[in-house]
Amino acid sequence: MDKFIQLVVDGLSTGSVYAALALAIVLVHQATGLINFAQGGLAVLAAYVAWWLTNQGVPLVLAILLSIVFSFALGALVERYLMRRFERGDPDTAVVVTIGLLTLITGVAGWLWTYNNQQFPSLFSLETVSLLGVSVSIRSIGTTLAIVVVMVLLQALFAGTKLGLALRAVAVNPQSAAFSGLPVGRLLMVGWGLAAALGAVAGALVAPQLTLTPGMLDNALVYALAAVILGGLTSPVGVVVAAWIIGVLENLAAVYVGFIGFDLKVAVPFILIFVVLIVRPQGLFGRKVVVRV
Amino acid sequence: MTLLELEGVTASYGPVQVLDGVSLRVPDNGAVGILGANGAGKTTTLRAISGTVRAGGRIVFDGKDIRGLRPDRVAALGIAHVPEGRGTLGDLTVRENLRVGAYLRKDAKGVAQDIDYCLDLFPNLQNRIRSNASALSGGEQQMLAVARAIMSKPRLLLLDEASLGLAPSTAKNVYDAIRRLRIESGIAMVVVEQNANLAFTLVDSATVLETGRNVLTGTSAELRGMDEIRRAYLGG
Repeated sequence: MDKFIQLVVDGLSTGSVYAALALAIVLVHQATGLINFAQGGLAVLAAYVAWWLTNQGVPLVLAILLSIVFSFALGALVERYLMRRFERGDPDTAVVVTIGLLTLITGVAGWLWTYNNQQFPSLFSLETVSLLGVSVSIRSIGTTLAIVVVMVLLQALFAGTKLGLALRAVAVNPQSAAFSGLPVGRLLMVGWGLAAALGAVAGALVAPQLTLTPGMLDNALVYALAAVILGGLTSPVGVVVAAWIIGVLENLAAVYVGFIGFDLKVAVPFILIFVVLIVRPQGLFGRKVVVRV
Repeated sequence: MTLLELEGVTASYGPVQVLDGVSLRVPDNGAVGILGANGAGKTTTLRAISGTVRAGGRIVFDGKDIRGLRPDRVAALGIAHVPEGRGTLGDLTVRENLRVGAYLRKDAKGVAQDIDYCLDLFPNLQNRIRSNASALSGGEQQMLAVARAIMSKPRLLLLDEASLGLAPSTAKNVYDAIRRLRIESGIAMVVVEQNANLAFTLVDSATVLETGRNVLTGTSAELRGMDEIRRAYLGG
């Protein structure tokens, strides 16, 4: 039983890593209507900026805050000077551009800081505490709580604020939004900036665990996309819960389902995606999109 | 007083000239129709006013030259465009659509009152207030599109083919509500409509476009039943 609980707790902790990235993907989708594959790359870049700042003697918390500001500006600039050229065309083109951007950012990070693993200082202590007979690191608890806070803030942003409503309106139909006086270009910039800033938070939270490399989030991005599909593109709470489910199931399957083991556990979220897409295409928590013809 | 004046307005999509000198005058509190066959330039005239197509000539709203302004700036001046195809925000609920319509307003109390007014004007929306706009029927979507436009408290409403794709009785309901809105609020209107008879229930005067030019302008009483109207539509 202790083993089971330990696996669940560890699963929640890795799930929180996926959740951080998944929230950023949801944010940019809600605000621009796109799936942004560059999200992980922007988060890694932010983590490198924070890491570089700490190496210059800047205190960790301040370095992370500065990397968040840097990311907001970078996200906004990417929208203004790169994505805007593709927003009026085929959405698929824009998505491919984000994939190219991911490759570019990864390459630039590797060029500037090499592909070697770097130790990123943790915000939280590595000591473990005993809870219900299992040991949990304070870092895991801290990361998970931080994700929950971000999730609640995002949910509140989209459901309860004028800015959130405006961001969604622009994503759904930019021209109609403009007819109601919404400054479409500026809102798209803000949407990208916020998503990149959120990515910076995610990067700083997970970098100590994964150690900093240019490809640090490539794996996590795949799991995050799985969580996004599972949880529903429109629901911050949904994707966080889905990310936790993925983290936990992956761990449990590796240990309890003989033929999966640690080698095949990567397949678990994808089996889940297949099942969900067949049974409930809008995701577990997503709102169903009905199109009348 | 003239609220909106177009003079010699031109516009083209690529090499195709769609507007070739359109003129239009909308007095304060007036309602003017734009009639004509498909491709005559009715929709493009509205798009030129709201800034969604590049235009030449003169477009003056409330004494201010608005030609070339961005659509959101035009909207901020008090022009609300209900586009062809309705342009409701499908992923948002009816209430959220209405709140987006009021985006530029700061008077929370007035916004709440106007939401109530919209629901009174279009009672069908009352039961659908929490539904996604994409789940509404065509008629309900058209009502929502008009309601969203009036949430911005515009001085001028641009209405594009509000009857398109609706059953005759639904189209009549929509126009009845818009006529009531006109009487109660005094919002000026430019009404593009295929169905000339329906348009004449709402507008005081109208202009008929043919290949991007005005061919006939007059009051509703003068134009109603004229052969030229029939000719403009049937091309005969």
